[in-house]
Amino acid sequence: MFFKENMVLALESLRSNKMRAFLTMLGIIIGIASVIAIISVGDSLSSSITTEMQSIGTNNIRIMVREKDNKFGNPRNRMNNPGSMLSSGASAEDKDLITIEMLEAFQERFKDQVAAISLNESRGTGQVKDERLYANVTVSGVNPGYISVNNVELINGRFINDRDTAGRKSVAVVSDKLVKNIFGSSINPIGQEIKLYETSGIKTYIVVGVYKYTDSDSFFGASSTSEKDAQTSIYIPITLAKQDTTIKNYSSAIIMSKTNVDTDKFTKDIEEYFSKYYETNPKWEVSVINMASQIETASSMLSSVSLAITIIAAISLLVGGIGVMNIMLVSVTERTREIGTRKALGAKNFHIRMQFITEAMIIALVGGLIGLVLGLLLGTLGSNLLGAAPSFSLPTIVLTVAFSMAIGVFFGYYPASKAAQLDPIDALRYE
Amino acid sequence: MIEVKNLEKKYFINTPNELRALDNINLKIEDGEFVALVGASGSGKSTFMNIVGALDRPTSGEYLIDGVPVHSMTQNELSDIRGKKIGFIFQSFNLMGRSNALKNVELPMLYAGITAKERTKRAKELLELVEMGDRVHHLPNELSGGQKQRVAIARSLVNDPSIILADEPTGALDSKTGDIVMNIFKKVHKEKKKTILIITHSIEVAQMTQRIITIRDGRILSDVPNTPIS
Ligand SMILES: Nc1ncnc2c1ncn2[C@@H]1O[C@H](COP(=O)(O)OP(=O)(O)O)[C@@H](O)[C@H]1O
Ligand SMILES: [Mg+2]
Repeated sequence: MFFKENMVLALESLRSNKMRAFLTMLGIIIGIASVIAIISVGDSLSSSITTEMQSIGTNNIRIMVREKDNKFGNPRNRMNNPGSMLSSGASAEDKDLITIEMLEAFQERFKDQVAAISLNESRGTGQVKDERLYANVTVSGVNPGYISVNNVELINGRFINDRDTAGRKSVAVVSDKLVKNIFGSSINPIGQEIKLYETSGIKTYIVVGVYKYTDSDSFFGASSTSEKDAQTSIYIPITLAKQDTTIKNYSSAIIMSKTNVDTDKFTKDIEEYFSKYYETNPKWEVSVINMASQIETASSMLSSVSLAITIIAAISLLVGGIGVMNIMLVSVTERTREIGTRKALGAKNFHIRMQFITEAMIIALVGGLIGLVLGLLLGTLGSNLLGAAPSFSLPTIVLTVAFSMAIGVFFGYYPASKAAQLDPIDALRYE
Repeated sequence: MIEVKNLEKKYFINTPNELRALDNINLKIEDGEFVALVGASGSGKSTFMNIVGALDRPTSGEYLIDGVPVHSMTQNELSDIRGKKIGFIFQSFNLMGRSNALKNVELPMLYAGITAKERTKRAKELLELVEMGDRVHHLPNELSGGQKQRVAIARSLVNDPSIILADEPTGALDSKTGDIVMNIFKKVHKEKKKTILIITHSIEVAQMTQRIITIRDGRILSDVPNTPIS
């Protein structure tokens, strides 16, 4: 009951000193806003990283050809655009790239460690059309090993096999989404013909398999297109995809190790094995990247950034708390006569202490709530910029609100005690 | 009944300029008396009233309300006495600037732990008594000096104290509004049968009471009954 009266008093006092209260709150607003923003961006990023990690697989090792003096290229770019990772200036010729024979020899040599090798040649976007029906696609030439390395979930038919690649057969594996757009639900798509329109021309393929589309593969580019227009991958034999390109060999491949293999050690073995092909090459070499360690690096980078911002947030909360303490000391001094009067009217020390603690708590709480709203906005914005879904947890929100109240109580306690201990006569005589 | 025995109040104790603000005061005030306390500025009137009001403790001597010693009470006990036995009225009104008349009058009841409903009811009754029933929701800065003092009188009465202490209640008012305030005191004395102790510089005000005590240099100079002029 008395708490309610104190709340009313505190809010009245806030209202009569709006500007001062706002400036006092600023530290807390900034502190709480950054905490909330970091937590939500951090949460959504790390959950994305986890998804990414699961979709890539922790025992995948990427091998790629790069220019010899370009050791410090941006790994993120390489990860996303394996096809274009060759460095700016020169481009590698067929003789500098990895050949099928090299990969076959490697697989033979390490047959106890290698589970699969995935090759991928991206051909860009296109459209599958059947009169008025259409589906947007990205065209990927792949080898049979691709399915196991990239966790493609086949729900109908089969994947690209060795005979398809060897014979450059015009077959395709498409998504269930494409099937829905082109065939509807009544026709069995297996064995059906589809027409693929690309800038290079129109070609007919026979559908041999259907995989389940998951939108996790559009992770870093938040798609703004509608559900129906969304692009899905269409897989064709890699030999077919490379048929009319000048480069026949491969600039990168993903090697999946068997589950019991020590990936870190295997990574070194691979590096050693392929390096011998490049010892005499003047310009090019291979680089071998262990995916798991890449993601580990990324997430540890993320957590150290979070730590830095958390420290800044903690400092601004501390400064905010000191601000609250300062303003409360000013307020106590300004209201000395009021305190004396209250005591003359029967207020006990405890009443006065509660009044000022409540006031400090309200200032901090209002600051905390403003900070919370700001933090949620920033968090959403930040997550959107990074292309991850914003993630907010209720416990975090409750905790920050409680924490800002605690700051008020903690930093308000000393001024409130000072007020409570004022001698009534001295307080009444104060000018 | 208020009883004061050998009361002393010293400031700057054990320094060359030790000051005896009150020097061996002996006094009894019966229930329901209407008393004026007069004397030159600095003579010790406020010091005396603050001790009687349980705001301050004497350096030595005894102070009893209804036979109960107040001089040796703890801070919390003194707060209780101030809240329940004594009603204070100040020269400068000391109203809470952000609260309206009603909330101001309710304040002592809040500290005394009285329910919200009862608070509002009693506060309204007393605002009627001081003829401020039509200014219940006004803020102090929307009231004249005399009106503020009437709100303060209502506030001093809410916990039904036996003693009302007023330190120069008309000191900040012109004589006309001072008269209105004094009439309220007379009414409170007559209708509520309170013990009232008023510090004043005004002879007219003192003439309205039943007993006039004069203080000089911390001692009682004279203590005479008075027939109030009505
Ligand atoms: N807190 C104090 N510290 C020092 N001296 C004080 C204090 N309060 C009052 N005095 C002194 O005590 C004397 C009596 O003061 P006071 O009771 O206020 O006089 P009055 O109310 O009669 O004008 C004055 O000389 C004053 O200066
Ligand atoms: Mg005085």
